[in-house]
Amino acid sequence: MKMTGAEILVESLRKEGVDLLFGYPGGVLLGIYDTLFDSDIKHILPRHEQGGIHAADGYARATGKVGVCFGTSGPGATNLVTGICNAQMDSVPLVVLTGQVATSLIGGDAFQEADIIGITRPIVKHSYLISNPEEITTVIKEAFHIAASGRPGPVVIDLPKDIMAQKAEFKYPAKVDLPGYNPTVKGHLGQIKKMLRMMEGAKKPVIYMGGGVVISGANEEMAKVSELTGIPVISSFLGKGGIPGTHENYIGWLGMHGNYASNMAMAEPDFILAVGTRFSDRSTGRLDGFAPNATIAHIDVDPSSISKNVKIDVPIVGDVKAVLKQVLAEIEKYSWDKNLTSRKDWMAKIKAWDKKQPFGYDRKADIIKPQYVVESIYKVTKGEAIICTEVGQNQMWAGQFYKFKEPRQFISSGGLGTMGFGFPAAIGAKLGCPEKEVFDIAGDGSFMMNLQEICTAVQYNVAVKVAILNNKYLGMIRQWQNMFFNNRYSECCLDCQPDFVKLAESFNAVGMRIERKEDVEGAIRESLKIKDKPVIMDFCVDRDENVFPMIPAGAAVNEMLLK
Amino acid sequence: MRHTISVLVENKFGVLSRISGLFSGRGYNIESLSVNKTLEEGISIMTIVTSGDDAIIEQIIKQLRKLVNVLKVRDVSQMDHIEREMMLLKVRTEKTNRSEIFNIINTFRGKTIDITNNSLVVEITGAKDKLMAFVKVLEPYGIIEVGRTGAIALSRGSKPTTDFK
Ligand SMILES: Cc1ncc(C[n+]2csc(CCOP(=O)(O)OP(=O)(O)O)c2C)c(N)n1
Ligand SMILES: [Mg+2]
Repeated sequence: MKMTGAEILVESLRKEGVDLLFGYPGGVLLGIYDTLFDSDIKHILPRHEQGGIHAADGYARATGKVGVCFGTSGPGATNLVTGICNAQMDSVPLVVLTGQVATSLIGGDAFQEADIIGITRPIVKHSYLISNPEEITTVIKEAFHIAASGRPGPVVIDLPKDIMAQKAEFKYPAKVDLPGYNPTVKGHLGQIKKMLRMMEGAKKPVIYMGGGVVISGANEEMAKVSELTGIPVISSFLGKGGIPGTHENYIGWLGMHGNYASNMAMAEPDFILAVGTRFSDRSTGRLDGFAPNATIAHIDVDPSSISKNVKIDVPIVGDVKAVLKQVLAEIEKYSWDKNLTSRKDWMAKIKAWDKKQPFGYDRKADIIKPQYVVESIYKVTKGEAIICTEVGQNQMWAGQFYKFKEPRQFISSGGLGTMGFGFPAAIGAKLGCPEKEVFDIAGDGSFMMNLQEICTAVQYNVAVKVAILNNKYLGMIRQWQNMFFNNRYSECCLDCQPDFVKLAESFNAVGMRIERKEDVEGAIRESLKIKDKPVIMDFCVDRDENVFPMIPAGAAVNEMLLK
Repeated sequence: MRHTISVLVENKFGVLSRISGLFSGRGYNIESLSVNKTLEEGISIMTIVTSGDDAIIEQIIKQLRKLVNVLKVRDVSQMDHIEREMMLLKVRTEKTNRSEIFNIINTFRGKTIDITNNSLVVEITGAKDKLMAFVKVLEPYGIIEVGRTGAIALSRGSKPTTDFK
């Protein structure tokens, strides 16, 4: 039986197991929306395409499934651009479907025509322009495969209006045929053995755990490698949750606002096993101060991440989980007793750093400290909530004061640092994991960037909690101006802002304002009782609090400012 | 260091812009880029001449391999290889110097393919150094314009340069 392009598209999405997607209609998408009207796929209507794609991103990060979203041609598609780049930077699997004007009009500056394939070319894993209805099934099959396999990322598919109306036979391919795309899964055994020999001989080794551990679900294998060898684990920002934050071998998070012990430790290891990380500048600090004496082995599914920023001695290309399994199969053949005393001394040295300088703040202050809000959320949710963040100080405090038990519990825009990401991402995460509590730890500035999505959360009864750490500042901007620009607070003050409680109420959501420290915990507990609506909590926190420790731009990991 | 990289690609929508965009977006240098069909249906070959230190060349090759429509990438400069480029060159001539110019063309094994009273068009192939030397020698006479194809390259011997099967 022949079907229209739109029908083929929707049926292909079902074949890929899509049961939820985020989209915003428009002229060229009307045929597809007419088909979706009869479909059992749940469609979520955000209030801005950017909200839709970040929600798809949050859904993907929380569930490990591919997130799917639609935007119409022209402005609908360009509104998706930030979300596409965000997903590319943090390796999030998305299939992004954009409407396009009819093929006969392409190139003529038609109404709502934008060359979205051209615009997004540098920020996608791959992209397609559909040119006939026969190829839709193959493209969808390939797109889901490419988005989810290897190093995940966004795939954009541009759908010209006329093709969606043309008819073809529905034939879904059983397999993909992509001769130029074969991500390596298993690691090279010789390299693994070489890595293990170096690790065995190391006296001050460190495991540097990145987001790849979370993405590949290698949490158990990662913990085992550390436990069997007694090697401390230091994570990147997005590596959080790769092993539990409470694990005795977990030292913390490396980088600009990471903990003292992690950063100090990274200045002097003799060996690093880096796992699923891209050595971002926010993590490494100035490169000549980053582990200058270490030999480095690096496991990563993306060969181009290896030796990109930091020279690697033993590259191991492969899926992190598959390679760590291979490592575990070999590990007993090596002697982990040989350098045991040195490694124990090393661990003790790191723990002493941590003891001397843990994350802290003035716990006795009467005013609400933003860190106290995060700590209270941690306490009330028993460390089991999914925590999304916005960008800025709020994001750093969320990272510092919430310990994650599991992978996929921490959802934050790491690579792109997108303000306005956290709230829609939280909506997507909650839709994907309805049994979990989901918080967006927000800044007052960031929340304003996508607060229209309160409406979406109300419409679909998404009970996310937004905890605004309201300092009436673009706080991270203020902090830099405070520390490096002589207190010249240029355009960072947000004294003019809405009444967030009334704002929430006007959307039919729940709003709370918390002005006293003694009300913080109670408000969070209260919010958890609300199961059918979003809750917007406006925490009036100390305006002048700064995030410490801090590695200033251009400094080395052990050149932290502590206050 | 100058490197000649041979890239076998599926002849799919947008593949050229993905590759040229990769170079511009990541700040890699392109000296020349030539694209042509191969004998295989649907498969094209690009020859890219670029330069950079070892780390940059390694990244260029890895980034190219990451593209879904790229089948094979070889750094031809690492192999025993032959590299050629063709140039068309239009030079000013006068009655008095024409035979002098013919001599130069013959020495470089160029071919004269168009003559007027006051100009010549020459076709010449060779490696980059030869072409540059030719240009330099003719410069005093007044070069009107040049057209160049960019380099193409094959390995020596019976094995194919970029065998993707
Ligand atoms: C879309 C976007 N624009 C600008 C920035 C630069 N920026 C980084 S943090 C920040 C301030 C964020 O303010 P707020 O959300 O109130 O968070 P706070 O630092 O106060 O916790 C800004 C403007 C950004 N990261 N993203
Ligand atoms: Mg703020």
